[in-house]
Amino acid sequence: MNKPSSHDTGANVENTMSTIDKVNRNLAKRYRKEKTFRAMGIASIAFGLLCLVVLFTDIIGKGHSAFLQTYIKLHVDLSTEMLYIDDPSDPHQIAAADYQGALKEALKERFPEVTDRRQKRNLYGIVSNGAGFQLRQMVEENPALLNTQLDVWVAADDDYDTYYKSRGEGEAYTGRFNEEQISWIEALIADGAVKKRFNTTFFTAGDSREPEQAGIRGAMMGSLFTLLVTLALSFPIGVAAAVYLEEYAPKNRFTDFIEVNINNLAAVPSIIFGLLGLAIFINFMEMPRSVPLVGGFVLTLMTLPTIIISSRAAIQAVPPSIREAAMGIGASKMQVILHHVLPLALPGMLTGTIIGMAQALGETAPLLMIGMVAFIVDIPGGITDPATALPVQIFLWADSPERAFVERTSAAIMVLLGFLILMNTLAVWLRKRLERRW
Amino acid sequence: MKKTLMIATLAATAASAQFAHAARDYISIVGSSTVYPFATVVAERFGKSTNYKTPKIESTGSGGGMKLFCSGVGVQFPDITNASRRIKSTEFAQCQENGVKDIVEVLIGYDGIVIGNSVHAKQMELTRKDLFLALSKQVPNPNGSETMIDNPYKTWKDVNPALPNTKIEVLGPPPTSGTRDAFQELVLEAGCKEYSWIKAMEKTDKSAFKSACLSVREDGAYIEAGENDNLIVQKLNANKNALGIFGFSFLDQNSDKIQGSIVEGKEPEFESIADGSYPVSRPLYFYVKKEHMKTIPGMKEYLAEFTSEKAFGGEGYLSEKGMIPLSKKERAKVMADVKGLKNLQM
Repeated sequence: MNKPSSHDTGANVENTMSTIDKVNRNLAKRYRKEKTFRAMGIASIAFGLLCLVVLFTDIIGKGHSAFLQTYIKLHVDLSTEMLYIDDPSDPHQIAAADYQGALKEALKERFPEVTDRRQKRNLYGIVSNGAGFQLRQMVEENPALLNTQLDVWVAADDDYDTYYKSRGEGEAYTGRFNEEQISWIEALIADGAVKKRFNTTFFTAGDSREPEQAGIRGAMMGSLFTLLVTLALSFPIGVAAAVYLEEYAPKNRFTDFIEVNINNLAAVPSIIFGLLGLAIFINFMEMPRSVPLVGGFVLTLMTLPTIIISSRAAIQAVPPSIREAAMGIGASKMQVILHHVLPLALPGMLTGTIIGMAQALGETAPLLMIGMVAFIVDIPGGITDPATALPVQIFLWADSPERAFVERTSAAIMVLLGFLILMNTLAVWLRKRLERRW
Repeated sequence: MKKTLMIATLAATAASAQFAHAARDYISIVGSSTVYPFATVVAERFGKSTNYKTPKIESTGSGGGMKLFCSGVGVQFPDITNASRRIKSTEFAQCQENGVKDIVEVLIGYDGIVIGNSVHAKQMELTRKDLFLALSKQVPNPNGSETMIDNPYKTWKDVNPALPNTKIEVLGPPPTSGTRDAFQELVLEAGCKEYSWIKAMEKTDKSAFKSACLSVREDGAYIEAGENDNLIVQKLNANKNALGIFGFSFLDQNSDKIQGSIVEGKEPEFESIADGSYPVSRPLYFYVKKEHMKTIPGMKEYLAEFTSEKAFGGEGYLSEKGMIPLSKKERAKVMADVKGLKNLQM
């Protein structure tokens, strides 16, 4: 048993050693092992953190500039002749007037040397082609602006936006510009007529193919409606299933079979749920494509196993003494569950539900099959309006050729990550706040 | 219990029946991811400038779009499908079988496929034959006997002594992509046909011809980089020796980072693709279900917007997004066909 080590003189020395000596002899080695063991744990956490830092620096580095948008100041003449309005009291005429034309006129006045037709087209491209709508809104809100001349700040086109943003940091992006276009924007900058402002459009607009007019509001609303449907279905169904399996179901082969299947479902790739949703909800039940209602159904199927498993664990954690005490004073089984078990298990169930929801928020694959990967401009107003979701929007933008979408993709990722962090923090907080230990 | 169940079933049936019969008030479009960036621009402008809702556009790929489009007539089926190739006769037959009888075909423009590399590397001057020899799985035996051997070429210099001595490394789309189909057809097949004995094979032994001309090598020289062309652009930036295959609009947007290779003496430029002298370009189409024109509002107006001079014209806004416009004559024909809603015959 006790093998003598190399520096021992004999077996009897071993026998005469007291226990404490034996322990002391190995102590240094054991400390060393302990340290290595701990260092390994720290190293894995450090590695994880490093990856996270790299990811975040990359995303924030690319995406932070999307929260600012370049605006250009133009001196616009809003006379009724310019806008072709005969009757300023008629709201229809005000709505249909040629505001983009007024902006073109303003640009022409600023750069009178531009006469060639092709050059002019380039010149008009400095301002976003959505700027006319901005002007229209201003006039509709305040018709007194008609027949006045004023300075307005309008959104710059995406190429100029990227140019102005990259101008400070070394070589500016001049991709599709010719010398003239650069000279125009530089002249405007010299005038002090160019500045960056907070990009409100990004949070108030739906998708657009013009990067400067694109926003994530539509995708956010789509995600919200989808998650509402998911929550409304998966929480009650999941909890009811967990309660039945834990409190009522007999222990037999059939319930074992169900348990194995639930665990299995939790590991099924999400695209399978998308295919299932396509077959059942769209092809068989003939529901429309691309709506949050169907998206919610599909994500419910996906999150149910997570919720059932965590709810069962939470119910199991409620000590049997509580059930027995309630039974002892004459409560029925249903009363025991509703009055005692569920309230005590709720924090655990909620945590599981929130984590399931966070998972559903980041899911794209099943939505692909049911047509939620689509270009949708109008912001959805309900669960039966066509919509996309946040991760889908990121996917679509990442695929767009326009340079300015690169920063918007990263910015949308930041927003999605923000929501995920918020939801997971909520889950942790709920657990800390409501958890009871026995 | 039974009663509640029955009511629930009834409610579910009623709800689904309601969906099936509810009128859709927006246009539903599916199809090619290559046409997607152009169709979405038109859809957005159409939504902003008219009182109709903005059409919904799904990017499903040409084949997937055709399948959905040809599934039947009714509001649950799409009204329009985009395609980066012409409808196949099998797909047309499928459509007919499912009651989609009257289809209008609209040719909208061309898309150039670019073979490019980083601007920090030397611009390549290639022929389709070079590309075939560099990328085909099997190539004609260099000793002149009319047999095929597994592709032995490692560097561009091996392929053609005039080319630089760098490793063959090409990033391109996977087989599911329409760009890949077009590349195989327009570059590999064309390069392959320059060998007269292979060309003769097309008539005698079609399957041998296909395997000789239309398979891409799988030994690492051709790297499948995913459907995302932006990714290919980024990778080219990082690896100066690599070449990439992607759509013209990505070259247009990233000309500070990448350059197009010269193919058959022509640079991939707007003008050379438009006049057809740059050999690697393909037509873009969309197909309209005439049966839906009565029930879905705005379809006629959407067609008119797409085929207007300000959209798909020579100076139109689609050309600014990188689509290569049709010639004036072609446009006049398309406009006339659209106005008359001419049925597609096959």
